[in-house]
Amino acid sequence: MARFLAALITVFLYALPAQAGFDETINELTAPVATAIGSFVFFKIPVFGAQLPLVVLWLVIGAVFFTFYMGFVNIGGFKHALQLVRGDYADQDSPGEVSHFQALATAVSGTVGIGNIGGVAVAVTIGGPGATFWLIVAGFLGMSTKFVECTLGVKYRQENPDGSVSGGPMYYMRKGFEARGMGGFGKFMGTFYAIGIFIGALGIGNMFQSNQAYVQLNTVAGGGLDGLGWLVGLILAAVVFAVIIGGIKSIARVTEKIVPFMAIFYCLFAVIVILMNYASIPAAIGNIFAGAFTGEGVQGGAIGALIIGFQRAVFSNEAGIGSASIAHAAVRTPEPVTEGYVSLLEPFIDTIVICTITALVIGTSQVADPNFAGEATGVAMTSAAFERQISWFPLPLAFGALLFAFSTMISWSYYGLKGWTYLFGEGHRGQTIYKLIFCAFVALGCMVQLGPILDISDALVFLICVPNILGLYVLAPVVRAEMLSYKARLESGEIKRYNH
Amino acid sequence: MSNSVLVAVDGSAGSAKALQYASERAKLNGAKLIVTYVIEWSPYSFNTPEENAERHMRREQEIERAEAGVVEPASARLKAEGIAHETVVTHGPPAETLIKLAEKHAVQQIVIGRRGQSGIKTLLFGSVAGNLVQTSPVPVVVVP
Repeated sequence: MARFLAALITVFLYALPAQAGFDETINELTAPVATAIGSFVFFKIPVFGAQLPLVVLWLVIGAVFFTFYMGFVNIGGFKHALQLVRGDYADQDSPGEVSHFQALATAVSGTVGIGNIGGVAVAVTIGGPGATFWLIVAGFLGMSTKFVECTLGVKYRQENPDGSVSGGPMYYMRKGFEARGMGGFGKFMGTFYAIGIFIGALGIGNMFQSNQAYVQLNTVAGGGLDGLGWLVGLILAAVVFAVIIGGIKSIARVTEKIVPFMAIFYCLFAVIVILMNYASIPAAIGNIFAGAFTGEGVQGGAIGALIIGFQRAVFSNEAGIGSASIAHAAVRTPEPVTEGYVSLLEPFIDTIVICTITALVIGTSQVADPNFAGEATGVAMTSAAFERQISWFPLPLAFGALLFAFSTMISWSYYGLKGWTYLFGEGHRGQTIYKLIFCAFVALGCMVQLGPILDISDALVFLICVPNILGLYVLAPVVRAEMLSYKARLESGEIKRYNH
Repeated sequence: MSNSVLVAVDGSAGSAKALQYASERAKLNGAKLIVTYVIEWSPYSFNTPEENAERHMRREQEIERAEAGVVEPASARLKAEGIAHETVVTHGPPAETLIKLAEKHAVQQIVIGRRGQSGIKTLLFGSVAGNLVQTSPVPVVVVP
């Protein structure tokens, strides 16, 4: 037995350097793929010296249109959204169904992730402080897009024979287009979206998350995990496996409960750091506004900052991607539009609150010491900004990043699954195959470097915005009619308020 | 105020005693019993997307289980003894929901069993009986 163990340890030790090479091999293999996909999706047109990816323009135009078409629901609907979440209009006859609060909490858990910590740092590094301004604007406009997509998610969801529900863009495109006499086109778009969300779930909702969790753990370990990406990846994949295949719901449940508190904890400490950098606050805010319109030092100037800001905002709050509508579709409500109202809080919480706070942590640190982070980008940069003031913070931050990454992976595993079941049916065996693929990608995510991963993940997520927003345009009149009818009944008192 | 009593059941030994107690009293004074099963649930919990998608299905199962396993047998027994009664199965935070129902049915009294849980558990999560006694608008009988 002892001899066997010794042999095993020897093999393991010899295998280690070989594994480090393995990481590099995978990296070399993925980089060209990333470049190819990236240049296809982010086809750029030159605008005033900046390179504007068409897909970003597509998203911005959509968000602006929905904001106007819905009569600035992102402002006017805000108070009602809070009332709904508080349960003021809860249906007294069906307690025990998914509440508005639960749907929002689940969707927020899915969106609040590494993007809020690391994505903002990426935005500020490439787009300068001005990117923060456009990030907030994008969050604000994104609220309207979310309103439209989540209303549709509930309205056109599918009730399965076993009593569970499936919903999301693929369902509203198929059913909604059919109702407008475009059945064939709707089917095509639904299938396209389903494929896209499935692949996207392996990127933004999976590899990017596990990769950043690994990078953060490695930073905290002082580089002690260099070349051990495969090991971290395998462990993470094993935990995800335990939850989504092993049905060990307790892990997921614990995470879902900790994540909101982690988010509050994160914001609290971020505010403390900002306050500790108080001398730099005016200059940091000044830089955000100045950078937004001058774009000093940014490639492409102000337009360059705008592009980066919008890109990161979508990556973080997912407005326009349609993923949240999959989560919101679970709510049983006679008024689909109520879910729309609730969902507009997501970009607010995710982007306008949490991302802005992160941006200020980085911004104030930059003002105080332009080279505070050295060469670090992403989560490591944010971590360095915290470390300047609170030396021990990188450790809980790494733990938080790991949890955020984990909860985002669990949510996205579901989004991808819905894409998969839309394509291949609700069969149990097919679902298991999907889940195995998902776990494999969790491990893979830790083996490649940030650059190519971010490119692939960005590209795939932006790709599914194309069919989704097209669908939103076609179905927007349905949402508007629902909204106006709902508002009228709310005012006439036909829809009753229970708590005053 | 109608001559009725709300009795909470949940399939536990304690709740069986509560039902026994309430039915004995009801036989003496002709009160009507509102037999209530509150399935513990909060609208403010955090769930995974999958749990949300299955929620409606689970809710039906929970109600089905409560009715078939606890409420219907209790109802059959009361019927056999000739005691007038109504049954309610609902989801919610237990104490709060019982009070709401007590008000809705204008009962004179609430009868519940004791869980007999440990001190530390009560310290952490409170007890239904404790909450109910503190907040109920009508007298509460806790059957040991």
